[in-house]
Amino acid sequence: MTSLSIKATARRFGDDINTDYIISSRRKRESLDPAVLKDYLFETIAPEFAASVRAGDILVAGKNFGCGSAMEVAATAVIGAGIRIVLAQSFARTYFRNAVNNGLYPIECDTSRIAEGCALQIDMGPRILVHSALDGHEVEAAPIPHDILKILDAGGLVPYLRAHSTL
Amino acid sequence: MSGKTLSEKLLSLSSGRSVKAGDIAICEVDCAMGTDGSIPMAMDYFAAMGASRVHSPHKLLFALDHYAPAPSPKAAMLQARIRRFAREQGIPLFDIGEGIGHQIVVEQGLAAPGRLLVGADSHAVTYRAANCFATGIGSSDLAGVMMTGKVWLKVPESIRITLHGEMPPGVYPKDLALHLAKLLGADGAAYQTLEFHGEGLDTLDFEDRLVLANLSVEMGAKNAVFPFDAACMRYLDGRVAVPLEGLSADADAIYTRTLDIDLTTLCPYVALPHNVDNVARLDEVGDVPIQMACLGTCTGGRAKDFRQALAVFRQFGRPAAGVQLVVTPASREAMHELALGGELAELIELGAIIVTPGCGACCGTAGAIPEDDANVISTANRNFKGRMGNPSANIFLASPEVCAASAIAGRIASPQTLSRR
Repeated sequence: MTSLSIKATARRFGDDINTDYIISSRRKRESLDPAVLKDYLFETIAPEFAASVRAGDILVAGKNFGCGSAMEVAATAVIGAGIRIVLAQSFARTYFRNAVNNGLYPIECDTSRIAEGCALQIDMGPRILVHSALDGHEVEAAPIPHDILKILDAGGLVPYLRAHSTL
Repeated sequence: MSGKTLSEKLLSLSSGRSVKAGDIAICEVDCAMGTDGSIPMAMDYFAAMGASRVHSPHKLLFALDHYAPAPSPKAAMLQARIRRFAREQGIPLFDIGEGIGHQIVVEQGLAAPGRLLVGADSHAVTYRAANCFATGIGSSDLAGVMMTGKVWLKVPESIRITLHGEMPPGVYPKDLALHLAKLLGADGAAYQTLEFHGEGLDTLDFEDRLVLANLSVEMGAKNAVFPFDAACMRYLDGRVAVPLEGLSADADAIYTRTLDIDLTTLCPYVALPHNVDNVARLDEVGDVPIQMACLGTCTGGRAKDFRQALAVFRQFGRPAAGVQLVVTPASREAMHELALGGELAELIELGAIIVTPGCGACCGTAGAIPEDDANVISTANRNFKGRMGNPSANIFLASPEVCAASAIAGRIASPQTLSRR
């Protein structure tokens, strides 16, 4: 992975945020387009979110983010809003997969001290470090396995398979 | 060097190299299931990957189960696209009314010991009742499998669960699953496999194990796996085309945790809104009036489940006035079995709303949607806010027996509290 330092604003959510809370499955009946679905992000639990999210914001959650249904729009709708990184205490495994395959970085770290609106700096290199500008607190995230990073750094499974034709 | 868990063995077999928990395994897929909920996006990813022909069409299975029958012209057109693609590519397709893809995979004998199955739907974990490896994937993964025949999987760690004794009367696999959800929490088994052992398994038949395997994902587990034994063989014999040879874990395999469950101590449970691990004992639930009782889905939609419910109706009478009884068989095969046995006629006579076999009534994509503030008791697997298509409804999860008793009482109830008809 190329070393990268990213500054962004935290958008804070709690534990066990399921994919239906990220994007209601009934919205899939109308469209699968992330540019449409982004307007309904988190509508069930945070109706003000979709209007206030800005490209480059970072989702910050507690444990088990993306539990429930494996629907992939729960990852692509997030990317549709211009979000490229999700920090969570832990991810549901299907959400982790869908994030990787779409080039959304699922980063596991201790998020307990990160509050809504907190300014963050994330250094992504051989180690992944998350600094909170508010209190200068720094945590180290779990490393991402090499085979998974290859797919993420390619921008997801589509560009990866376009380039390599096989896994 | 230590031995292997059942998951480590199965993924070593599928990846062609010796893998251990934590490794990333690139695996050959024996069967990949997609639904009308996940295939349309997979087709888009497939095209974006630059692919035109699928790698192994006979290893794919498409099921039109999420929007069955199509509730809107848009859904109908997506399904038309899927049918056309399946025809062009030679992919077996199970159309509207055939049932839930997971049930079809099992009925068709595609889940068998030693195989690797994936499904682009989280309840693909259900197949692991058959001593295979199986888990849910997304649409991009399905597209990747369509293009390459392969999938990447992180080899899971395992929790060893040993079952002892037998469940008391009135306690069902659903109750055991809810007990485990309470014990482990919604993410207590995250990324891990629940590996079931113990003589208590002898009291659980294959259908019972399908319920446990199905609900393992609600504990955040990657899946749950069962040994190859007489119960497994009885179900698979005659369905699976290849000779059956089971795998088992090594005695010195490493587990993150071991749990012993005494089945004799279990009681009926209910998952309260809006999380599956928000579990209470039935006798602690209190007075909850209900407006809808749902029997069915890929958790509780097999003939055996309906028979458990019907036993209660026969003894204690009809659903109370004001309660909608919604019935969704898991598949046409299950519905046909109920028709042949006369149970379907009994359900109709009870005033049941019979929904097309599929996922609609469970996830709100088609079928019966509850009114605002309605309390629903259901044999399904999820009770998230909005799950059945109305975020103002409250969903309670329980066994078929408790759902039937509650329909009769008009409030959440145990059959023990009802008086005979």
